[in-house]
Amino acid sequence: MITLHWVYALAGAIFAAFALLGVNDTSNPRARRTAAFWALLALSMWAGDSLGDLGNGVLVLGLVALAASGLGRGGGMVPDRVRQERAGRFGNGLFAIALVIPATALVGTLLFKGVPTWVDGKQATLIALALGVVIALMAGCLWLRAGPIVPMQQGRRLMDQVGWAAILPQMLASLGAVFALAGVGDAVGGLVSQAIPQGSLLGAVIAYGLGMALFTIVMGNAFAAFPVMTAAIGIPLLIRTYHGDPAIVCAIGMLAGFCGTLLTPMAANFNLVPAALLELKDKHGVIRQQVGTALPLLAVNIALIYCLAFP
Amino acid sequence: MWVLLGIAVIVAGFVLRFNPLLVILASAVVTGIAAGLDPLAILAAFGKAFNEARYVSIIWIVLPVVGLLEAHGLQERARGLIGRMRGATVGRFLIFYLLARQGLAAVGLTSVAGHAQTVRPLVAPIAEAAAERQSGDLDDAEREQVKAMAAATDNVGLFFGEDIFLAIGSILLIKGLLEQYGISLEPLQLSVWAIPTAIAALLIHGFRLWRLDRRLNRAERP
Repeated sequence: MITLHWVYALAGAIFAAFALLGVNDTSNPRARRTAAFWALLALSMWAGDSLGDLGNGVLVLGLVALAASGLGRGGGMVPDRVRQERAGRFGNGLFAIALVIPATALVGTLLFKGVPTWVDGKQATLIALALGVVIALMAGCLWLRAGPIVPMQQGRRLMDQVGWAAILPQMLASLGAVFALAGVGDAVGGLVSQAIPQGSLLGAVIAYGLGMALFTIVMGNAFAAFPVMTAAIGIPLLIRTYHGDPAIVCAIGMLAGFCGTLLTPMAANFNLVPAALLELKDKHGVIRQQVGTALPLLAVNIALIYCLAFP
Repeated sequence: MWVLLGIAVIVAGFVLRFNPLLVILASAVVTGIAAGLDPLAILAAFGKAFNEARYVSIIWIVLPVVGLLEAHGLQERARGLIGRMRGATVGRFLIFYLLARQGLAAVGLTSVAGHAQTVRPLVAPIAEAAAERQSGDLDDAEREQVKAMAAATDNVGLFFGEDIFLAIGSILLIKGLLEQYGISLEPLQLSVWAIPTAIAALLIHGFRLWRLDRRLNRAERP
């Protein structure tokens, strides 16, 4: 059966290729350190399950040490003139290859669930996404008459642009696990339940909505904020004391948390990674564009809970 | 209460602009020690979680495809295509993408689009090309803004579409938590209440994209 481990093997191979192509890259002043970083990530993808918990911890220490000492960026961009000429020659087929990945992910997600003996249905989308990458790579190399080194070199160039921010989301997810182990959520819930005003329904609704957004900003994840805020305010006050509809309180409360996700660098994969990927000068540029949507939408969510959940 | 020191470390670290990876590790160590764990146990717990969260980082496998296409003129082609489409503006295009992203997420197809899969190779270059034509002279700050808005639009579409789907993680989390308090709900009862916010998100973000168009429409003014 095809499982997520096949995808990890593919990802390991691609990170290993980035490391091999980068190690002697004369355009990167820190070629070896950068290559070592991608090599460690390849090791994690390939052998993470046999390293043991402590072994994986040491691997993380290595990644962080390399990142903190400073990674470099290699070059390798094809000149503008060549790209212009190729764009004219290859035309709209370039879009077709780009769309292979989302199209395969779409079709695969729907089809793979029907063949549970072949493909792990729970991971259907990620497996289909990886399949789309393989198909797009093969079709692209054949049609563009490019050797297999070309996509890996160009991928390495983009990966160098992203740099250590590539593992920021994974690191934050791991920190969340340590927070859960240490009981951080319960401690915050205890503080919040002391801080809200007594006897005011509107005050309690605002405290719940703002609390979801604020705690999400701190933790980077509405999933971490939701159990804490709902246990501290949602259940005891909004649902038990004021008899709010639990479905409305919780469903819209979660979305108030999502407004917080739009505002925080802690949600690195949504906010910092695209800034690196799009080569923005301001790494908080994406968050800046989201403020104008997130704040009014947070107010709308609080108003929706107040109006809909308490008839 | 001492475990909250970890949060203080995160906030201070981000404000003082230390390397975020280092800040995260420091926060984990401080939190663990405050909770009475010994350093090796903290490292092992972090390592275990890191290994289990590897799926978060596999999205980078799309970069070789993106790089290959960019080296063969994908972004230049996007510019050429938009240049020939009359009436295509950055605002209209991003509103179309917002609707498509919300719609796909609402039927559970959250990973078919995203920053690496669609924004970098397609959405951002098309948006940039449209903005160039509208303004005639797009300056650097505006170019940055348009690219950042392309990424922001992807996030808004994803966040305020996905909860309409029954089997998304956040809906299952709500159901699981409420069950612990003796409240039993079907996922459908929860997910319908994501619709009002989804509409509000479309209206608010769509309005901002329309205003972006108004600001950039210099070339077509007399």
